[in-house]
Amino acid sequence: MKWEIVMGLEVHAELSTKTKIFCGCSTEFGGEPNTHVCPGCAGMPGTLPKFNRQVLEYAVRLGLTLGCDIAKRCTFDRKNYYYPDLPKAYQVSQLYAPICRNGGLTIVGEWGEKFIRLHQIHMEEDAGKLVHSAGNVTLMDFNRGSTPLLEIVSEPDFRSAAEVIAYLEKLRETLMYLDVCDCKMQEGSLRADVNLSVRPAGEEKLGVRVEMKNINSFKAIARAIAYESERQIDVIESGGTLIQETRRWDDDKGESYGMRSKANAADYRYFPDPDLPPIVLGDDELARIRATLPEMADKKRERYIADGVSAKVAASITAHKNVSDLFEDIVRHSGNTKESANLISGEVMRLLKGDDADIEQLDVQDGQLGRKLGELVKLVADGKINRNAYKEVVGVVFADDGIEPMRYIEEKGLLMVEDSGAAREAVAAILKDNESAVEDYRAGKQKAFGFLMGQAMKKLGGTASPDVIKSTLTEMLEG
Amino acid sequence: MTALELAAEIRQKKVSVTQTADKCVSRAEQNEYNAYVPASVDREKVLENAAQIQSQIDAGEVKSPLAGVPVALKDNISAIGTAMTCCSKMLEGYVPVFNATVVDKLGSAGLLIVGKTNMDEFGIGCMGETSVYGAVRNPHDAARTAGGSSGGSAAAVAVGDVPLALGSDTGGSVRLPAAFCGVTAIKPTYGAVSRHGLSALASSLDQIGVIGGNVDDCAALLSVISGGDEFDATCTLAQPFEFTAQACEGLKIGIPTDYLDIADDDVKAAVLNAAETYKSAGATVEEFVMPYAKYAVPTYYILSCAEVSSNFAKFDGLKFGYRSPNANTLNDVYFMSRSEGFGEQVKRRIMFGSFVLSAEFYDTYFRQALKVRSLIRDSYKALFKQYDVVLTPTAPTVAPRLGESTDGVNHSDVFTVAPSLAGLPAITLPCGSGEGGMPVGLQLVGDTFADNALINAARLFQSRTAFHGKGAVS
Repeated sequence: MKWEIVMGLEVHAELSTKTKIFCGCSTEFGGEPNTHVCPGCAGMPGTLPKFNRQVLEYAVRLGLTLGCDIAKRCTFDRKNYYYPDLPKAYQVSQLYAPICRNGGLTIVGEWGEKFIRLHQIHMEEDAGKLVHSAGNVTLMDFNRGSTPLLEIVSEPDFRSAAEVIAYLEKLRETLMYLDVCDCKMQEGSLRADVNLSVRPAGEEKLGVRVEMKNINSFKAIARAIAYESERQIDVIESGGTLIQETRRWDDDKGESYGMRSKANAADYRYFPDPDLPPIVLGDDELARIRATLPEMADKKRERYIADGVSAKVAASITAHKNVSDLFEDIVRHSGNTKESANLISGEVMRLLKGDDADIEQLDVQDGQLGRKLGELVKLVADGKINRNAYKEVVGVVFADDGIEPMRYIEEKGLLMVEDSGAAREAVAAILKDNESAVEDYRAGKQKAFGFLMGQAMKKLGGTASPDVIKSTLTEMLEG
Repeated sequence: MTALELAAEIRQKKVSVTQTADKCVSRAEQNEYNAYVPASVDREKVLENAAQIQSQIDAGEVKSPLAGVPVALKDNISAIGTAMTCCSKMLEGYVPVFNATVVDKLGSAGLLIVGKTNMDEFGIGCMGETSVYGAVRNPHDAARTAGGSSGGSAAAVAVGDVPLALGSDTGGSVRLPAAFCGVTAIKPTYGAVSRHGLSALASSLDQIGVIGGNVDDCAALLSVISGGDEFDATCTLAQPFEFTAQACEGLKIGIPTDYLDIADDDVKAAVLNAAETYKSAGATVEEFVMPYAKYAVPTYYILSCAEVSSNFAKFDGLKFGYRSPNANTLNDVYFMSRSEGFGEQVKRRIMFGSFVLSAEFYDTYFRQALKVRSLIRDSYKALFKQYDVVLTPTAPTVAPRLGESTDGVNHSDVFTVAPSLAGLPAITLPCGSGEGGMPVGLQLVGDTFADNALINAARLFQSRTAFHGKGAVS
């Protein structure tokens, strides 16, 4: 029998606001345990939430970009459950009146174009972290607790792992360009839960749904989907019955195991949070947010291609927001789009080993790297340094942000010889040392010219262009 | 002597803050009516603070009309470095690391905190009997309850230990004990006073209230603690109250007469007598039928218990307070700590609240209660187009004897919960005595943020009666 896989996604994006959603604590990743904690996010008696409106702004940015209906008035609800990483024993989230409903995004792939519908996007707070350490001890770290999250809930529109990954890549790109989430999967700032069921191809009715949690990379998502769909098909084909449950993915073992079934599923006893008045979004505020939406990747790609960048390179530049920021910095300082694009797709990608994790870590916020690389692009394009020197300095600038490229070039004598005086001097010395070759040339042996040219290039050590050397040599031989 | 008179004497240097504090501490240390949390009165610290306040007054740094006046704090209000137990075993050993906004406001106004007062466990109870430290006793008759949940605060004022105290009121918790102990109390409009630092009972109903010997003292304290707070999004009163005395010409009072029949005869008589006092002062008094009256109590219990079940989940034995010494696993820590740490009444409400919020019963109970709450709110809105204040008894009986009402199904709050559901300001005033010579309380309810008009209506009564004089013993 042919089976169809049906999936829906719940993506949690940790927002990059400076402070937490309901208190003034820092959201910075890491830090000594429990140092980004106040009585509020530690859930001490008598503390009350104070909503950080930056979170609303970020949610609205995403909602507008994804074509969602934005609620002018939304409310927070409490999701009640006990777990040591949840200090208040409830998570403040949005169930009854979330900030965004509907909308969606288009994914492109072997299937052509496909629109994935969104059910809703809501704001909520993250939980803390449990640290299991030696000696059977578990410690609680509330640094991450109450960090703002957007939960982006899709409709069950996915039919393959490739679609899921295309969606996540597109969503990641969108979040990055909106500057609302740094999307570092290994730090947990972007997390996806997959709801998966299978049904015979052509069947309308949905199968029994399993929710898979703890999937931490795109590769793990593909593996988890393959594993779970096969498991479900096996169960059905061998005459078994599937149960609605939550399963935890163990990527090391390449298998999942059941966490809880629907029968003993938690009843979260959602109800409106009485500590938080409804969040009202004014028309003027909505208009302001709409007006300040940044240029998205699609638009940037179109613009780059119009400026002469190939479609493939334009796509690789815009795959990461920081890379496209870097590219635009380089172009601004070099005035040379094509050469800047070549630098990104060539040397920069080689230095980053094309590795997503390394690319994500690249910090271009202060614009310094872009300025330095822009200066280098200008130098090489103007023929002031040669390609080898260019590559060398690009590498050095990447490795050490204390290096100023111009100073480095001067110190290392990498500037091209511009006046032909130095070239003439060097050529004269070559001619003097190789009289027999000069005679051979003058006797009509063209081969001798190549030999002399090689000698002169070697002597000048790449600081003069072959053109300058060639013309100097010809002039002096003929003259 | 009233609180305002005491403050005047302090300003005139007839008496020092330290002398006053010394007297209050000595009385509190005796703790004759179990009004205080044992060991919550730290003589050295109080006297040190008193000296500091005195020097601030002398230096002209505090100008509040209550500067130098001692005040007692209900044990569910956080003050840095002073244990807060909410009179529950569950919060054993918990010491707040931050001040409630009201505590900071008391400090800036130069009031002196004397100690923490005994209360029903976490504010759950109408009789002041569910405290882990034992019941508060009524200063008028030590065999009777002081009422609750702010029983300690009311008893401390009634006995004259302190001229003023803070309590908290969710469904009547400052009004009931004040009525039973023969003192005056104000529960302001919801949103007038910051709840930051008040251990939450039912967040949509909780308000910090004031208890004192008379309405002027209460109003003065309320204006000190009221007003906007960045820590409490539900505190909508931007600036502190500035109460102004006004003549209540043409005062229109509504009395829900059929509703009155719930009250005992002695209570009803005293309250109707109070209505006569108002009439003789020129007010018009009309009877009306209270809409949705019989739904107020069940609605209150559904909503408040639902919020309790969520608010009290943080007491899980992990981070602070009591942890069962017998717990070995995570589930043990939860089950055993909570089973051993919470008292019967608290557990009952948590279970009831969890039930009404469960997926199966949310629509039947919780959602329905939310609807009734808005109907009650709307019906008050309509009422206040006709009347300035609504007059009822505060409680249907005088203070019961200790142990007579521990089954948890008492409805002493039958008159107090409806204004709480509507977020309205309410005042209780002593208006006579009933069975056993025990005080009877009169409740006046005003419109949203019409606290000033309500206080003026109360003042009119106290200017013509002397019942309030009997409360303060000092």
